[in-house]
Amino acid sequence: MALAGTAAAFSIIATGCSAGDDGGTGEASASPEVATDEFDEAMSTPTKLTFWTWVPDIENQVALFEEAYPEIDVTVENVGQGLEHYQKLRSAIESGEGAPDVAQIEYQYIPSFTLTESLLDLTPYGAGELGSDYVEWVWNQVAVNDGVWAIPQDTGPMGNLYRTDILKEAGYDAPPATYDEYAEAAKQVKEKTGSYISNLAANEPTQMVALLWQAGLEPFGYDGAETVTIDVNSDGAKDVVQYWQDLAQADLVSTDAGWTDNWFQNIANGNYAGWLVPAWGPIFLQGTAEATSGKWGAAPLPQWDASTEVSGNWGGSSDAVLASTENPIAAYELARWINAEPEPTTMFAQEQFLFPAALSVLEDPEFTDAGVEFFGGQQVNKIFAEISATVNPEFQWLPFMEFAYSSYNETVGVALEKKGDAVSALDDWQQQLVDYATEQGFTVQ
Amino acid sequence: MAVTTVDAPARRAARSKPSRGKARHSAVGYLFVLPFMVLFVAMVLVPLGYSAYLSLFEEKLIGGEAFVGLKNFAEALMDEAFLGGVGRMALFLVIQVPIMLGLALFLALAIDSGRTRASRSARLLAFMPYAVPGVVATLMWGYLYGPDFGPIAQGFEALGLTPPDMLGESGILGSMMNIVTWEYVGYNMIIMYAALRSIPTELYEAAAIDGASQIRIALSIKIPAIRPAIMLTVIFSVIGTFQLFNEPALLDSIAPVVITNGFTPNFYAYNVAFVNQDVNYAAAIAFLLGLVIAVMSYVVQLSSQRAERKVRR
Repeated sequence: MALAGTAAAFSIIATGCSAGDDGGTGEASASPEVATDEFDEAMSTPTKLTFWTWVPDIENQVALFEEAYPEIDVTVENVGQGLEHYQKLRSAIESGEGAPDVAQIEYQYIPSFTLTESLLDLTPYGAGELGSDYVEWVWNQVAVNDGVWAIPQDTGPMGNLYRTDILKEAGYDAPPATYDEYAEAAKQVKEKTGSYISNLAANEPTQMVALLWQAGLEPFGYDGAETVTIDVNSDGAKDVVQYWQDLAQADLVSTDAGWTDNWFQNIANGNYAGWLVPAWGPIFLQGTAEATSGKWGAAPLPQWDASTEVSGNWGGSSDAVLASTENPIAAYELARWINAEPEPTTMFAQEQFLFPAALSVLEDPEFTDAGVEFFGGQQVNKIFAEISATVNPEFQWLPFMEFAYSSYNETVGVALEKKGDAVSALDDWQQQLVDYATEQGFTVQ
Repeated sequence: MAVTTVDAPARRAARSKPSRGKARHSAVGYLFVLPFMVLFVAMVLVPLGYSAYLSLFEEKLIGGEAFVGLKNFAEALMDEAFLGGVGRMALFLVIQVPIMLGLALFLALAIDSGRTRASRSARLLAFMPYAVPGVVATLMWGYLYGPDFGPIAQGFEALGLTPPDMLGESGILGSMMNIVTWEYVGYNMIIMYAALRSIPTELYEAAAIDGASQIRIALSIKIPAIRPAIMLTVIFSVIGTFQLFNEPALLDSIAPVVITNGFTPNFYAYNVAFVNQDVNYAAAIAFLLGLVIAVMSYVVQLSSQRAERKVRR
């Protein structure tokens, strides 16, 4: 099923490419609601757009866009990354002025902006036809509740990056394929090398959520109106957390806080023999653990069930058009163009090393077949492109993920850090989420 | 009679002249305060009024805004996270402020005694941490406190001892006290030192003639003379402690699990406003915190005045 869909999508892209190459006249994006002449008029009228994003060097893609549409002048502003970016965006939206036309938004925060009706539904502008250009699960992230709210840019399908030399020392030529094997390997690695097989950062709810995603769980849900589903303490979730808690309590996996000086050093000197990390991990490691070049390997995540291969996603983002924009056509075209046209999307993958959401790049041999020296010449992109196809297609978010993450850190995170009872902390997390949702007026299912 | 008739208007004129002058005086006075008043109203009173207004409402993600009276305040008074933060800061105040101000006083006296060689560079050195940007300071301390590779931990390990968990739950408050002390000792020292310089030197001469030692001079002349400056630093420290924000916010990236959302009341208000997106409740917390600070400062001031009166008697 998935294969057939991919093939069909590819042929559409192949035909679409030739039209887009000569300057991107953008006929493809005209739909019944926005007529071609309306579109042409909008794109040939001098227009100023503001684009809030933290993606480094995105100015290059924007410059290409401005070349294709000389009348459109885009100002790129970096107002901060992560929480800071969203705070400023929400403040600007609330105050009714100063909000950008286009903004970078991570997938998990899209519902929190559709909740306040701050994003423009891109369907009337032609986004409905773009679905087949992207991996199915990615498209499901932006096309929710009868609308298309953003154009996907990059993704983070989860894999396993590991130190081949340390695993070999522990007696493993290949990375563990199942979680049972992973637990056994953790023991061997600890005994024979003294390293932890990996670190499950206590303050990284996004990693845990990705692991729940892989296990086929749906901890969150939102119907786009007033009803949320919260199920973070399901039996399935408890099984996953129990597994990690057992490893942590046996001192086979560390739970050090991530992104700290201590953590960076532990990665660089092999105290952590691996990392369950998304497709953006490889390039990150090359910067962090330069001295260990050639000693790393990449593989899919260990599996719960040896007969299937599934993964989850951690990270990645999209470009959304704000409902308050005065130039919806041009703003939409900017979001679409840089994330759908071959030149900018290839550039994102090759120069900024964003892991692509667009099938055209994911299936481009030039992208997938490149060997990476840091990984001993392995075709890392190909591995992750294959993983991307195995990500569970259904996964939803709550319209208040900022609170959900912070509440995770206060409950499950604390328990993991102390190597305590993280499983029952899931109940506390559930309780806090339900309380918050009820207090905020949602109906909780 | 004639004299009086002539005299009356003259007297009246004489009387009214200064009063007219006084009016002009005060008008000019108002003109001078005007720039201050404009800024004060725009930057302090209006925002204060606005947050007071905000604190009386409740805004839900679903269902919008509603007037709830003092409900937010009632909730805050029962809120464990908020009360825990206030309690933690009270503990911080009791332990850290005396240590910091004691050190600052000692340094100020040492530099003022003229016995320290290169007192100017000593002064600069003590003041320098205050000028280090918070982010740099946190990076530095994060490295120093690091459990596996930090020099402190490694020193302990080299001696065969278990290093204290400086970024763990038990050690974090102490670590934070240390950072705050390091940061503000110099600042407080400068205030005390400036006050010491304004003491008339005749007093020292007289004391020297009486055969008083340096320590005696410090205890009997210098410290009593700069009591108002010391009280000022105490009040600054009380306010600063309850408003602690930078340190928890920055240490949050080094010890994310240990620094809970409500670690300090100010940090809690920030998290409530921007993570939980509950601006109204955050406004109520901020107001209550302001109240706590006002009461604490008043208590400090009152007790110092009482102490002073006792000394005078």
